[in-house]
Amino acid sequence: MAKAMEEMTWQEVEAGGIISEPGNASSYHTGTWRSQRPIYIEEKCIRCWRCFIMCPDAAISADMGGNRMVWNYDYCKGCGICAYECPVDAIDLSEEGE
Amino acid sequence: MGRKVGIEVSIAAAEAVGLCDADVVAAYPITPQTHVVEHLADLVADGHLDAEFVPVESEHSAMSVCCGSAAVGARTFTATAAQGLALMAEIVYIAASMRLPVVMFLSNRALSAPLSIWNDHSDTMMVRDSGWIQVFCENGQEVYDSIFHSFRVAEDPAVSLPVMINVDGFTLTHVIEPIEMWTKEMAGKYLPRFKPVNSLYPDRPTTMGAFAVPEIFAEQKMAHDHALKNSMPVILKAWDELAELTGRKYVPVEAYKTEGAETLIFAMGTICETASLAVDRMREQGKKVGLVKLRLWRPLPMDELRQLLGKAKDVVVLDRSISMGGASAPVTSEIRALMYHERQRPKIHCVVAGLGGRDVTPLDVEKMVDMALTETSYDYHFYGIRG
Repeated sequence: MAKAMEEMTWQEVEAGGIISEPGNASSYHTGTWRSQRPIYIEEKCIRCWRCFIMCPDAAISADMGGNRMVWNYDYCKGCGICAYECPVDAIDLSEEGE
Repeated sequence: MGRKVGIEVSIAAAEAVGLCDADVVAAYPITPQTHVVEHLADLVADGHLDAEFVPVESEHSAMSVCCGSAAVGARTFTATAAQGLALMAEIVYIAASMRLPVVMFLSNRALSAPLSIWNDHSDTMMVRDSGWIQVFCENGQEVYDSIFHSFRVAEDPAVSLPVMINVDGFTLTHVIEPIEMWTKEMAGKYLPRFKPVNSLYPDRPTTMGAFAVPEIFAEQKMAHDHALKNSMPVILKAWDELAELTGRKYVPVEAYKTEGAETLIFAMGTICETASLAVDRMREQGKKVGLVKLRLWRPLPMDELRQLLGKAKDVVVLDRSISMGGASAPVTSEIRALMYHERQRPKIHCVVAGLGGRDVTPLDVEKMVDMALTETSYDYHFYGIRG
C-alpha cells in the first residue's frame, strides 16, 4: 500500500473502495485487536502442530531449524483457539499489557 | 434526425437501450416496468440487440448481476419498480458505493402495503440516499432521451456512477406518445465505447467490494459524495451535446411562468404537466403563481434552486410520498433544509398528494395551492383524504 490506510485522505482513497494492489491485507496488522496473548511453553510442547492447523489466521508457523512453534503477533488476534486445542497445555493465555 | 413515431413510452425506452447497444440486461418483470423488460427480451431473442439477457429469479439477483457485468466493463441495464426495488435495495447501495455505472429504469410505484400497482414516489425515496444519480421524467421524449444521456453520464470516467431514471408508473410508462426516435448513427456519435475506470481482468488483479475498517470507511463515503456532486458538469455537458444532436435542451431544474410569481409550486415527474395547466389557469385568474420542475434530484442543483425559490413568498411542494412520523415529506424536508440558512426565504408548504395512483387533476393542484396558502400549521398536509 502506497500509504498507510489511517493516513489516507478522502481525496486519496481509491474510487469505489477497490483494492488495486493484490495481497495488501498483510499490511493491516490485526494483532492490534488482541486482548489476550498466547504464551508458548516450549518444554511442554510435543510438536503435534495442532495449534498451527487450528489457527484461523496464519499467525502460527513452525521454525523447523529451531524445532519450535513461532507466533506472529502482528496478526495473532488472541482468539485463544491454539491454547484451547493444545493437548498438553503448552500454550498459556495472558492478558495483554500485563 | 430520427423519425417521430407514436409509441408506448416503455417500448421506446427499451428501443433506446437497444440503440445504446447494451451488453447485459438483467431484470425481473414487475408491474409497471414489465413492458420495458419484455421488449428488451424480444430485441435480444430476435437478434436486434447483441446482449446477454439474464432472466434472474429476483431483483436482488438482477442488481447483483448488473454489478458483476458493470465491473467487467459491460454496458449494463436493468429496470424495476416498488417491491422489486425494495428487494434489490441492498445491492442498489452497493452498485453506487462501488462506483459501477449501471443504468436503471425505475417505473415509480407505491410501496406495499396495502398492495398497490399504481404510481407514487415512495419506492424511489427509499433509495434517495443510495448515492445514485437520479433523474425524474415528465414525458415520453424525456424518458427516451434520458436512456442515452444516462449511459453517457454513468460511464464517463470522471463520473463512474449508476443512474436511476424515474418514470411514473402507468401515467408515463404505459401511455403512447409521439416520440422522435434516434438513429443508430446518432447513438454511436453521442455514446462512446464504455471503458471502465477499473475492471475485473486477470492481467491486472483488483479486489472489488472489499470491507472497510472504521479508519477508512468515512473517507470512502466522503469521496463518493464528492463524486456524485462532481458529476454535475458531466451531466450538463451531456445534456448540451444532446441538445446539439436533437434540438431538445434539458436542464437540472426548469422554471415555468416564475417571472413575478409570489407562489411557486415545486414538483417532480409527470405531475409537473398537470401543475403547469393549473399554473396557466391561475395566471388567467390573475394569481401570481409559477412552477418549478425538478429534473435532477441527485445531485441536487442547489444553487439554481436557492436562486429560483428564494424569490418567492410561498413554495408549495407536491410530495408524492410520505415520511411517517417525521417533520414533513421527503422532498419537502430537502427543500426546507436547502432554504433554511437563506436570508430571504419563502414559507415552504408541504402537500402530500397522488399516493398509490390517486389521480391529481389541474383543479386539484389549484385547490392544493389555496389550501397551502391558508394553512395555519406548517408541517404537512394530506390532500384529498376523506374524513
